[in-house]
This record gives sequence, structure tokens and C-alpha cells, in this order.
Amino acid sequence: MSKTSFNELRLVGVSRTFDESVALSNLSLTIANGEFIALLGPSGCGKSTALNCIAGLLSQTSGSIFLDGKRIDSLPPERRGFGMVFQNYALFPHLTVRNNIAFGLKIRRTKKAEVRKRVDAALALVRLQPHADKFPAQLSGGQQQRVAIARAVVLEPQVVLMDEPLSNLDAKLRNEMRGEIRKLHKTLGLTSIYVTHDQEEAMSLADRVVVMHDGVVQQVGTPEDVYLQPANAFVADFMGYRNLLQMTLKKSSTKAGAITSEKIKLSSSNLAAKTTNGAVTVAIRPDDFTVKATRGNQIRTIISSVEYQGKDFGVEATCEDGTQLFIRTEEKLKIGQKVTFGVKPERVLVFPQKKSPSHVG
Amino acid sequence: MSAKTQSREFSSTRRFWLKEHGIDSTLLLIVPALLAMLVFFVYPTVYGTILSFHPANKAGFLENYKTFFGDPYMRKSIFNTFRIALPVSLVNVCLAVPVAVKMRHRVKGQRAINTILIIPISLGTVLIAEGLYAYLSPNGWFNRTLMAAHIIHAPLQMLHNFWGVMISLIISGFPFAFLLTLSYISGINPKMEEAASILGAGPIQRFRFVTLPLLAPGLAITFCLNFVLAFSVFPSANLLGNPSGDSHVLAVAATDVISQSYDYSMASAISLITAVCEITVVVLVFAIRSRFYTGSTTGGKG
Repeated sequence: MSKTSFNELRLVGVSRTFDESVALSNLSLTIANGEFIALLGPSGCGKSTALNCIAGLLSQTSGSIFLDGKRIDSLPPERRGFGMVFQNYALFPHLTVRNNIAFGLKIRRTKKAEVRKRVDAALALVRLQPHADKFPAQLSGGQQQRVAIARAVVLEPQVVLMDEPLSNLDAKLRNEMRGEIRKLHKTLGLTSIYVTHDQEEAMSLADRVVVMHDGVVQQVGTPEDVYLQPANAFVADFMGYRNLLQMTLKKSSTKAGAITSEKIKLSSSNLAAKTTNGAVTVAIRPDDFTVKATRGNQIRTIISSVEYQGKDFGVEATCEDGTQLFIRTEEKLKIGQKVTFGVKPERVLVFPQKKSPSHVG
Repeated sequence: MSAKTQSREFSSTRRFWLKEHGIDSTLLLIVPALLAMLVFFVYPTVYGTILSFHPANKAGFLENYKTFFGDPYMRKSIFNTFRIALPVSLVNVCLAVPVAVKMRHRVKGQRAINTILIIPISLGTVLIAEGLYAYLSPNGWFNRTLMAAHIIHAPLQMLHNFWGVMISLIISGFPFAFLLTLSYISGINPKMEEAASILGAGPIQRFRFVTLPLLAPGLAITFCLNFVLAFSVFPSANLLGNPSGDSHVLAVAATDVISQSYDYSMASAISLITAVCEITVVVLVFAIRSRFYTGSTTGGKG
């Protein structure tokens, strides 16, 4: 049961339905030893269902899970050898911090001296030595979360599963803990699967991000891929492309074309695969706008609101046809000011118009 | 500062002080219950206690107690009562735990099962006794079925002895034990068991190391309530037991004294002895309970 004992965790077509509704549909994913994977999506997208299926807390309706060549999807959670950190920590309230961490070792009938040694090491790892003999109720949220992490990693599990472990902490602590989790993952050589609805958290932690929606995987890629080149309009929306415009495309090549609406005319050199002429969804990130025409792309607007956001300004601008645009810029603009914004053709993302997102393979 | 504002200030700080110490008009809400307690509990208890030290024959103030403990037949009623109440409470708690563990999750036909489990509460002890008469008598269904199946050759004697009382108390006490245990067990965060299973604990270890320790304080209370109910057993002992033999329990002893010699003083003494026995057990159980974890069982914050 050592962390180096496997090469890959492979999910093949894992699906789960509850009564009639599909919570997870056909999840296939291969996770390499040492990888940090984030399952990202809005609530109800199936990410927690996926995690519970991997943990064995939930049995899948169909599909299989392999650890290297060994099929593990029919094993109960206690025989999978994974570690898990829960959203509400799920610490044992009747046990001290030390005994919470020692729980798994004691179940495995580890020798007393060995338990002591490993628990001490785990306590040191999460810097909780002074609190070893306290009960969970006497700790703060952040400390409880560290106990939960220590309890999971003290067993040197093959895979650590984390279910929104930071969502109950305040913003400052969340940032700190995020760094600690990343560090632990590296120093202990863990393989981690991390569920979150926070795209920033996913991007800062993960080697690969799996974006999900309605039980279906939308995109798998590095944080950079997912951020710069979302696979469809849903992922774009979720990754912070706040400007989603319904326009009409006229292609000039497979990757480029002109898109128009009543008053806006732009050129794009970033058409998603399978985009055809006609109605399309155009996605532009607020910080991709420039405060002047760029390579022929220009949108005339009137500024309708300006929000100071520290490093820059969040600006809302109204186009001639009434469309609202969200723009981030360092330039200080005034409400009522007439401004022409531009955007590089390669940062104008064009997707086929779709009502419901579907599997992208 | 004028005297008027000074007094207003004083009265506002006093009101604040009162409120901080939980003294305000909502206190009136407890008045009805308090009155009932005084009239129906405190007064009779004090009266009975005093009465028990004034024997009918004007002998010394401990005469009733001397009589009780001097008479082997009377003295044995303490033993008889314990012999019924302790196992009954233990059996009820032990039966309730596995059922509650199962019923805590959604089960098919949960409502029907719950109804069947809880119905005995609505039946009076007398009704249960009537039923058991028909069911457990030598030519009742129970014995006839066992004989027809050739498990036994002569009818089992299950009425007018220890077993009749025992069975009737289990039937009437189990629903209480079950409902209490179910509410305690539902209060335990199911994530805790999930966490234990991820950490490698199988079903038995999860129960032994997580569920049971968290449930133990609740079980102690369940046991106490069942014990107190069973300890004051009277109708079952009379109807299904052998009230002059091994079902001569304390409640029967007390009523006997009254119905035979109108000795209210002696009856009060027996009542007090009953109370002391019950309190001793309850205090013992709570002493054991205090050694367990008794805090929140929901785990974590948020």
C-alpha cells in the first residue's frame, strides 16, 4: 500500500444515475501516478459523484475503474487504499487530533511505536504538534482541515481524493491552505484528485483540469489550455469569458472568418472545430479588450459603469445595438465617455451555437 | 444629572442585568408546568416521605423500613423487580440498536415498518396482556405451532411467571427504545462512517469505533428511561406474572399493603425504597456515561 505502487488509475465509461436522472455520464479518464487532477464544474455537474465513485462510497451504474491492470470498482472503500478529505472534514469528534490521525493505522494493526512515529511526522507536516491532544471541536476550521489532510496522508495512500476541502474556509485561509496542499502533493509525491467549483483554485493547483457540466466531461486539459482555449461555449462561460455574444459567422478559411451582428462586425482567427457558417456564439474575455481598434476589430461603445478593482478597472460598456460588454482595463475611463474597444482576432473565440452542452471527445 | 435620568439609567442597567441572566417575561411560560410539578410531584413526594417515617402502629420512625427489610418475602421484591427490569431494559436497547442502524438509511417500506414497530406504544399494557394470554397460553398459537412443528412435545409454560412479564415489557418498551435510539443515531453525521471506511475500517470496525462511541451516551439515556418504566411494572406483573411468587415486585408489594391493611405509611416506605433503587441505577449509568464523549456528533464546522 505504498504510494509508488501503481502507474495509472483508469476510469472507463463510468456512469451513475439516481432514479431517472443522470448524475455522471460516461466518464473516461486516465490519471498518471503523481498527477494532480481537478474536477471542475458548477454544483450538480457530477464532479462529487465522480469522486464518490472513485472512492467507492457510491457504486457506478456502469463502467469500470482500473488501478493498473486490477479492476477495483467492486471493492468497498476500505479495500481501495485511497485517502479522502471531506468538505466538512468529517473528523471523529470523540477522538483527539492524535487519535483521529492514528485511526487508519490502528485499523491496520500497525505497531504502537510505528503509529506514534508516523502520527508525529504527520502532525509536523501540517504543523499541528501543539494541538495533538485537543478534540476537533476545540480547533478552528483551518486547523480541522489540516487534521483531515494529515489523517488522509498518514496512510501514504495511492490516491488522495479531496471534495471541495477549502470551501468552508475564509478567503485568506483558503489561499494559504491551497499553497499547503500543493506543497504536500509535491513533497509526498501524492496522486491527487481534487473536486472544486472554483476555477481559480483548480487552475492554481492542478496539472490537468477536467471541466464538467450536467454529468458530462466538457474538456480535459492543462489549466492553460482550458483557460486560453476553452472547448465550447459552456467552458468559456465557466472560465470567465463574460462576453458571450450571439452573432453570425461567414468563414474565410477553416480557422478564420467574419462575424457580424446588427451593429458589430469583428474578425476572428480562432474558430472552434466543427463551427459552420450561420449562428454562432462568440466568447471574449474582459481582459482581452484593448482601448483602441486592434487589427481592424473595433466596437464603438458608451461606458455605463466603472468599478475600481485595485490593479485595474471593471468596466461595463453599451454598444450601439444595446449589447453590454464587460471589460477589464488599466485605463481610467469615465461613465458616459464614448470609447472604441478593439480585440485581437485570435482572442475572439467562436463556437457552434448550442443549447445543451454535450460530450467533446 | 437629575435624579430622574439617574433612576432611568439605573432601571435600564437593571433590566439589562436581568435579561443577561435569563430573567424576563418568557419565564412565565414555565409557570403552568411548575405548578403541576409542585401539586402532583413535589407535594406527594414530601408528604409520602414524611408519612413513611410515621408507622401506622406508632412505633419508631424507622419501623416500616425495619419491617420491610426484616421480612424475606418483602425484601425479595427488590430482587424480583431488578430481575425483570434490568434484562428487559438491556434487551430493549440491544434490539433497538441494530434496527435503528438499519432504519436510519432509506429502506423500502420504511413507513410500514416504522408503523409496525411503533404501534405497541398505542396499545395499553392490559391490551397487550389480553393478546399474550391468547397467544402464549398452553393451547395458544405459539405453543400449538411449536408442537405442530415437533420442536417441543409439551406446551411451554410462558404465562403467570417471569417470562410472561418479560415478554410483555419488551413489547411495550421496545418502541420507546427504538424511537429514542433512531433519533440519536440519525444525529450522527453519516460522513463520519464514510471517512472511517475510507481509512480502512470494515462495517464491524466502523460500528465499534465510530458509531457506538458516539451513540453510547444516547443509549445510556435510552436504557435509563426503559429501566424506570420497567421498574415500576405493575399491570403486567399482575396479569401475566405470578404476583405472589417471582413476580412479587415492589409495585405489587406496595399495593398489597394498601389493599390488605390500608397501611399507607408502609406503602409510602416501599415507594421510597423503589425510588432509591431507581435513582441508584440511573446515577450509576450516568456516571458511566460521563466517561464517554458526549459532545456534538455532527462533526466539524459548517
